[in-house]
Amino acid sequence: MAAITMRLPVARKAVGPSAPRGSEKHLVAPGDTITTDTGYMRGHGTYVDEEKLIASVAGAVERVNKLVCVKALKTRYNGEVGDIVVGRITEVQQKRWKVETNSRLDSVLLLSSMNLPGGELRRRSAEDELAMRDYLQEGDLISAEVQSVFSDGAVSLHTRSLKYGKLGQGVLVQVSPSLVKRQKTHFHDLPCGASVILGNNGFIWIYPTPEQKDEEAGGFTTSLEPVPLSDREVISRLRNCIVALVTQTFMLFDTSILYCYEASLPHQVQ
Amino acid sequence: MASVVLSEAEKLYVVHGVQEDLRVDGRGCEDYRCAEVETDVVSNTSGSARVKLGHTDILVGVKAEMGTPKLEKPDEGYLEFFVDCSANATPEFEGRGGEELGTEIANTLYRVFSSESSVDLKSLCINPREHCWVLYVDVLLLECGGNLFDAISIAVKAALFNTRIPKVRVLEDEEGSKEIELSDDPYDCIRLNVVDVPCIITLSKIGYRHVVDATLQEEACSLASLLISVTSKGALTSMKKVGKGSLDPESIFEMMETGKRVGKSLHVALQKILDEEESLGTSRQKVGFLG
Repeated sequence: MAAITMRLPVARKAVGPSAPRGSEKHLVAPGDTITTDTGYMRGHGTYVDEEKLIASVAGAVERVNKLVCVKALKTRYNGEVGDIVVGRITEVQQKRWKVETNSRLDSVLLLSSMNLPGGELRRRSAEDELAMRDYLQEGDLISAEVQSVFSDGAVSLHTRSLKYGKLGQGVLVQVSPSLVKRQKTHFHDLPCGASVILGNNGFIWIYPTPEQKDEEAGGFTTSLEPVPLSDREVISRLRNCIVALVTQTFMLFDTSILYCYEASLPHQVQ
Repeated sequence: MASVVLSEAEKLYVVHGVQEDLRVDGRGCEDYRCAEVETDVVSNTSGSARVKLGHTDILVGVKAEMGTPKLEKPDEGYLEFFVDCSANATPEFEGRGGEELGTEIANTLYRVFSSESSVDLKSLCINPREHCWVLYVDVLLLECGGNLFDAISIAVKAALFNTRIPKVRVLEDEEGSKEIELSDDPYDCIRLNVVDVPCIITLSKIGYRHVVDATLQEEACSLASLLISVTSKGALTSMKKVGKGSLDPESIFEMMETGKRVGKSLHVALQKILDEEESLGTSRQKVGFLG
């Protein structure tokens, strides 16, 4: 039956630091002076004005020896070489695809950086260019790795491994990129029955674990069979867990999601 | 309307989920997202309300002004609706982009409230043919997260519930000209009876079933939707079909039945929360926009 719940808004209480921190975090807003000492090198999020080091973003100051940088809490994704990202195709251009990855500029995926179906290695011909749309269309989701970063900040992606490629059925959750912890691997097969890809750009993809790992697919064939109900419940529960973690600004990595999932098991999926 | 682009596989996932009565966020086909309702958020209006339904954020303000009644209804007041799609909601609404959607929503609201019994317009009359109260209802879209019409109608009902119209006395002068005197006491006011105010329920058709309270992703997967306005007693006041797909007459009947059921429980829940807020009185901690 229909369940409609309404509630009165509650002012969010400022959550005090739960774990004792070694030192107080130095929080700054754009325009705040960090230090007037000229001995420091300036890093991301800072600029020098009249011998003073001033912050250009709102966040916490991090200091490593003589390098001072400001790490912003909510920002667009800044690409680093080797990051795993999940992106959505926005345009199909002549020899490349434009991918939206929640960064300041759209990322590019060159045709030469893309795996051909079957895993063959050959020069891309003119026919491949004309058939680009058969591989990836506007709106498709892909998982890729950052190959290089252009001088203007745009990111160039590649899918030159069989674990990357077009994504099939599943759920996408968009969070802030600063909440995804940098780890060794971002593809996780959770024991509860679903798999998760934690993109560094804040796009998190939850999908049912494929039963057999077929090597030749290369990420192009998407299974169009309906997903069983038990898997769907797991995926919905994971999605709600991630959304709950985001509202409390917790860092997202596989164990945090797993703990949250186990804690939510006694409750209903909603 | 703001929309997201989804891949074919994602759309397929959503459609299959709806058919098994388990949507992406775990809800059933007839479940609403949890709504946050707060009234009296804007101080210089006669009544206001703010409703947050998931990612959709609506602010409604009601101002009561003196005006002349319409010629064909000389002993009634009337309501005027204006909808503003703020550019904050989505970049598509920048400049004049939101005007089309705004006029569409305003016209829908006029139709919904066109029924005789929804608001007691005769109580808004002061002097027949000369003076009456005109309620200007202004709707502001702060954030667009799917299911705009439902959230707007809930906010309008809450704002009308919260509206306080000052009492007036008409004094007759010696020459025959009438003078209107507003009472100075801020607590001396009349409240509107919103028991019969209808709420809009949007039913979106996805695959072979229909869902209530669709998110942006689900709206991208549905081709046709039915907007019905239901009063708390289950009576339908208006119906409108949106979308470029077609609807089977049988599915329209099913959707109407679902809409009536969901509408009744929506009214019950809304009235409960409004009464709860009212009972807190002045000790209520106002959250407003900075909470």
